[in-house]
Amino acid sequence: MIQRIREFFRTFLLYELVRGMMLTGRNLFARKITVQYPEEKTPQSRRFRGLHALRRYPNGEERCIACKLCEAVCPALAITIESEQRDDGTRRTTRYDIDLTKCIFCGLCEESCPVDSIVETRILEYHGERRGDLIYTKPMLLAIGDKYEEEIARDRAADANYR
Amino acid sequence: MDLAFFEQMLGPAWPAIWTLVKIVAIVLPLLVCVAYLTLLERKIIGWMQVRLGPNRVTFFGIRALGGLAQPIADALKLLTKEIIVPSGANKFLFVLAPVMAIMPALAAWAVIPFAPEVVLANIDAGLLYVMAITSMGVYGVIIAGWASNSKYAFLGSLRSAAQIVSYEIAMGFALVGVLMAAQSLNLGDIVVRQVGQYGFLNWFFIPLFPLFLVYLIAGVAETNRAPFDVAEGESEIVAGFHVEYSGMTFAIFFLAEYANMILVSTLCSVMFLGGWLSPLAFGFISETPGLSLLAAPGFHWLAFKVFCVLFMFLWFRATFPRYRYDQIMRLGWKIFIPITLVWIFALAIWMMTPWWLW
Repeated sequence: MIQRIREFFRTFLLYELVRGMMLTGRNLFARKITVQYPEEKTPQSRRFRGLHALRRYPNGEERCIACKLCEAVCPALAITIESEQRDDGTRRTTRYDIDLTKCIFCGLCEESCPVDSIVETRILEYHGERRGDLIYTKPMLLAIGDKYEEEIARDRAADANYR
Repeated sequence: MDLAFFEQMLGPAWPAIWTLVKIVAIVLPLLVCVAYLTLLERKIIGWMQVRLGPNRVTFFGIRALGGLAQPIADALKLLTKEIIVPSGANKFLFVLAPVMAIMPALAAWAVIPFAPEVVLANIDAGLLYVMAITSMGVYGVIIAGWASNSKYAFLGSLRSAAQIVSYEIAMGFALVGVLMAAQSLNLGDIVVRQVGQYGFLNWFFIPLFPLFLVYLIAGVAETNRAPFDVAEGESEIVAGFHVEYSGMTFAIFFLAEYANMILVSTLCSVMFLGGWLSPLAFGFISETPGLSLLAAPGFHWLAFKVFCVLFMFLWFRATFPRYRYDQIMRLGWKIFIPITLVWIFALAIWMMTPWWLW
C-alpha cells in the first residue's frame, strides 16, 4: 500500500524525469570528448589500412613480380593487372590499377603479396575531384611508395614479430 | 524632429505606419531570436551529449566566435535552394501552407506584454485571442499534408494535427485556471495580478503548480517537439507533414516551429512566472536603497524567464526518448485533461476560502 502511494507521488511529481534530466544536466558541464579533426587527430595504429602503395627494393628495382595473387584474392575486384616479360627476362607488370572506389581496404592484397610489394599505408587524407581520379595506376602507386618508403619500412619492421 | 513631426507630415496615414513600425520592431528581433535559438539548441544538445556542437562558421575568421555565424549560413543555404513542387500537388495550397503555419506564430505576439504598458495591442480578451490564433496553426499542418499529394505527408499531417488538437484542450483548461486566478483575460492584467510583497512567491505557478506542469508539457507537445515529435521523428520517419518541402518553404515551417516555441515559453512566463516582474521583488529588498534595482520590474526579467523555459525545452529534447503515438494520446486525454479539470474545481473552491493568498 505504502509502496503504491509512493509510486503514485513519484509519477505525478515526475521523479524519474527529473532524475534523467539531472544526468543530462551533469553532462552539460562535462569535459567534451570531441576531437576537432583537422587540427587534432586520434592516434593511429601502425597497422592502419589506408591508401595503397607499391614498394621498391633499396636498389630501385620494383618488387612486384606480377604473380597476380592480390588480384585473385581481392574480394572487391578492385585490382587489375597486366604483365609481360621484360628485356632482362623477368616478369613485370605493365599495368597495375587499383580502383579505390571499389576497394574495401580489407588488406588481403597486402597479406597475399609474397614480396611485400603492395602495401597499405597510413595515408587516409586523399581525394578525387573528377570521375576516375580515384583509379590509381602503377606510376601513381609507385610514387606513393617512393615518397613514404621510410614510414612504410618502419611500420612493417615494428610489426614484423606479429606477422 | 520628434514623433509629432512625422505625425503632422503623414496625417491620417500616421497610425497605420506607426503600427507597422512597431510590428517590425517585434518581428525582426523575434526572427533573429529564432535563428539563434536553432544554434542554441544544437549547442546545448551537443554539450549534453558531450560534444561541442557547431563551432566552425564564424564572422571574419575569428576563432572565438566559432559557430555564431551558423544560423546565417543555414539561412543562406535554405534561401538559395530550389523549391521543389511535387507533381500533382496543388501549387497554391502548397505555397500557402507554410504561410498559414507561420502566420499565427507571429500574429500571437500582438498581445504579448513585454514590459509594463509595452504591448502592441492591449486588448481585454488577450488570452482568448492567443488561444484562437494559435489554434490556426494546425491549418498550416493539414494543408501542407494535403497539398503535397503524398501519402506520407498526409499521414504525417493527420498525426500532427490530431496531436496538436488533443493537447490544445489540456492547454486551454490550464489557461482557464490562470484566468480564474487572475480574474482577467488581459495578459498585462494577468502579470499585474502577480505583483506582491513576496517576489516569486506571488506568481501563479505556486497555486497553479499542476496546471503549470500540464501547460509546460502540453506546450512541448503542442509545438511538436521532442519527446512528442512522433509526427516528425527525425531518426525514424524523416519528417511528417513537411517531407515534400524544400528550400525556403521548408525554412518557413522551421521558423514557425521555433517561433511557436518562443511563443509558448513567453506565454508560460507571462501567465505562470510573473512576466516582466522581478523574482526578487520582496518587500524588504525593494525598500533597501542599494538593492531596489534587483526588485525593479523590466523586460530583462521576461527575457531571462523565456530563456529558462526555452532551455527546459532543449533539455527535454536532449534527455527523453520519443513517446509512442498511443502513449501521447493517452497522456493527453486520460491524464492531462482529468488533472486540469480536478485542479480547476479545487481552485474554484480554494478561491472561495480565506486561504486564497494570491
